[in-house]
Amino acid sequence: MENRGNLNNKNKFNLGNIFKTSGFSTLMAALMAIFLGLIFGFIIMLIAKPSSALAGFRYILLGGFRRIWDVFYFATPILMTGLAVGFAFKMGLFNIGASGQYTMGMYFALYVGFMWDLPPGIHWIVAILAGLVGGIIWGFFPGFFKAFLNVNEVITSIMFNYIGMFLVDMWIQNNSTMYIPNMARTAYLPKSAQIPSLGIPGSNVNFSIIFAIVIGIILYIVLEKTIFGYELKATGFNKHASEYAGMKGKRNIILTMMIAGGLAGLGGAFAILAPSAIAGSSVTYEPVNIIAPNGFTGIAVALLGNSHPLGIILSAIFISHIQRGGTLTSLVGFKPEIIDVVIAVIIYFSAFSMIMNTALGNFLKRKFRVKKHKLAESIDNNTKEKD
Amino acid sequence: MDTLYYLIQNMLPVATPLLLVALGGMFSEVSGVINIALEGIMLFGAFFGALFVYFIQDSGLNPQAILLLAMLVAALAGIVYSLLLSFAAVNMSADQTITGTALNMLIPAAVLLVSKMSFNSDGITTSVNFYIQKVPVLGDIPIIGRMFFQKTYITVMIGILFLIISTIIFYKTKFGLRLRACGEHPHAADSVGINVYKMRYLGVSISGLLGGIGGFFYSVGVMDGNVNGHTGVAGFGFLALAVMIFGQWRPGKIFLAALFFAFLRTLAYSIPLIPFLDNLNIDSTYYKMLPYVATMVVLAFTSKHSRAPKTVGVPYDKSQR
Repeated sequence: MENRGNLNNKNKFNLGNIFKTSGFSTLMAALMAIFLGLIFGFIIMLIAKPSSALAGFRYILLGGFRRIWDVFYFATPILMTGLAVGFAFKMGLFNIGASGQYTMGMYFALYVGFMWDLPPGIHWIVAILAGLVGGIIWGFFPGFFKAFLNVNEVITSIMFNYIGMFLVDMWIQNNSTMYIPNMARTAYLPKSAQIPSLGIPGSNVNFSIIFAIVIGIILYIVLEKTIFGYELKATGFNKHASEYAGMKGKRNIILTMMIAGGLAGLGGAFAILAPSAIAGSSVTYEPVNIIAPNGFTGIAVALLGNSHPLGIILSAIFISHIQRGGTLTSLVGFKPEIIDVVIAVIIYFSAFSMIMNTALGNFLKRKFRVKKHKLAESIDNNTKEKD
Repeated sequence: MDTLYYLIQNMLPVATPLLLVALGGMFSEVSGVINIALEGIMLFGAFFGALFVYFIQDSGLNPQAILLLAMLVAALAGIVYSLLLSFAAVNMSADQTITGTALNMLIPAAVLLVSKMSFNSDGITTSVNFYIQKVPVLGDIPIIGRMFFQKTYITVMIGILFLIISTIIFYKTKFGLRLRACGEHPHAADSVGINVYKMRYLGVSISGLLGGIGGFFYSVGVMDGNVNGHTGVAGFGFLALAVMIFGQWRPGKIFLAALFFAFLRTLAYSIPLIPFLDNLNIDSTYYKMLPYVATMVVLAFTSKHSRAPKTVGVPYDKSQR
């Protein structure tokens, strides 16, 4: 949300000034939020099971390094939902509906994967594009409701999360090709619909992580170097001023939400089309009427990355890292939910860590200035004495 | 006719949490703070209420007495949890939607963590029967007695009581007027000596109180006294926000809106009992979607001329004009 500074200090590249840039202070804010979140998690662990808290905490911090390729694999969907949330943030829209868009994209990808018969090499690409379309459709609704009917996008997105989840679960359960009732899961996808693996043994990591990172970089270019990106940020900064300057606010709202939806939809497609490390199987989906958690994790990713596409890439990898570590904590008697607690606390603090940081910065500056002042006074006195 | 009785008897325990939580949201928003954390506050209250019931259920107390005590626990829990929102929104001028989302995410995870580690389950299961077959005397009144005082929960009557109290506070007290002033024009309120920060803290705390109670009443009236971290309160906190918007931030209209949503939801889960709808052979999922779709339709028609408090969601800054 704090995109104000980015508009005016673009062309300064002074190494000495780097500590004063808004980029540096947002980085500090993010680190502060992470620090507080981890501390809180550690306290919870201490309360829950003091004897193994330290071992569990070490798993959270370092466990991900043991499974570095899995970190990348699990980072892919949350990177996409993070971009979906962050991109809408830039326009001042809170896209809490990434979950629904993600689920919709996943279903569209599944549909193409199962029902369309396409040659290998094209099949998975079409399935990914179908996911994009599904997400775009589901992102359109909140945008439309916001632009033309003045309905708060937060409420719309939440309602469409539920509607999308119910619809997709119903469609899947009613489709005998996709769904295996006695497993209560979707069937294995045909090989041609799966995204090519990166070939790391024992890991599902595939080309989608590369696509996701490239998409993040493209978004960065769109935001920084195009008229549309400029209009978008301007609208996010001041809605009335941008409209006064002739930007089409309503069109931009709908377009932004559609792009955001598309990004989340791609995330769903990337997640479900991933190849499995076990030969002959694939990733499956279980329709149990639960809203996709990856959409909510995307909010954390976006906030931690300060809605900046490049920041989001880093924060997605970081969150995936502590999630992998979190699953390892079950080795010493904890539950992976500890990470969800940590992530929620990180979001809570990142909502106002900028303010805390500014306050801290001002405090330090004041101290520093007092010292400088005294120094200057003493120099003055010295010179006077010489006179 | 039996179906109608059945629907009303089942609708009221569902309407009660919606009503209470929507009233809570109203108190928070008219003071100028968006409370999207209601979902989390509900689950927090429900969890502590159920936890209290779990520990006290073998003591042989009257079930209704247990319910009332647990209600107080849930209310306290809701207030405590809502302080996190007040602190971020009032003192730290944080983005209220983001803070609320964080608070919503924290609780299901924490509930799952605690329940898995201490009870080895996804939530808390209690065994007290809060159900009232028939209220003495009142239950014998023809028609009305059967509709409102048979096969029900005490929560319904408490809900109505809270509605009356809220209406009086909202319209008839100095406090209610001041609270609303803080949401409409905080600077004007400040200029006549009202402490905006304090008022906002109070507004959010009232929503915490009602949200916590509402959450516990959800677990009593809808979940049979149990709490589950996976399903949580099934979006009732968000539905309550929609109820509040549909009710245009006014207690009376909120009551009607809550009844409307509760009716749709009860209908969705009672299709097999209604031969006319059952014969249509529509997938039951469509009925489950009904409350959410109805929310969208209702909001589409009401939001254009919304009477939302003017400065809701804007942190109060004394130095601004």
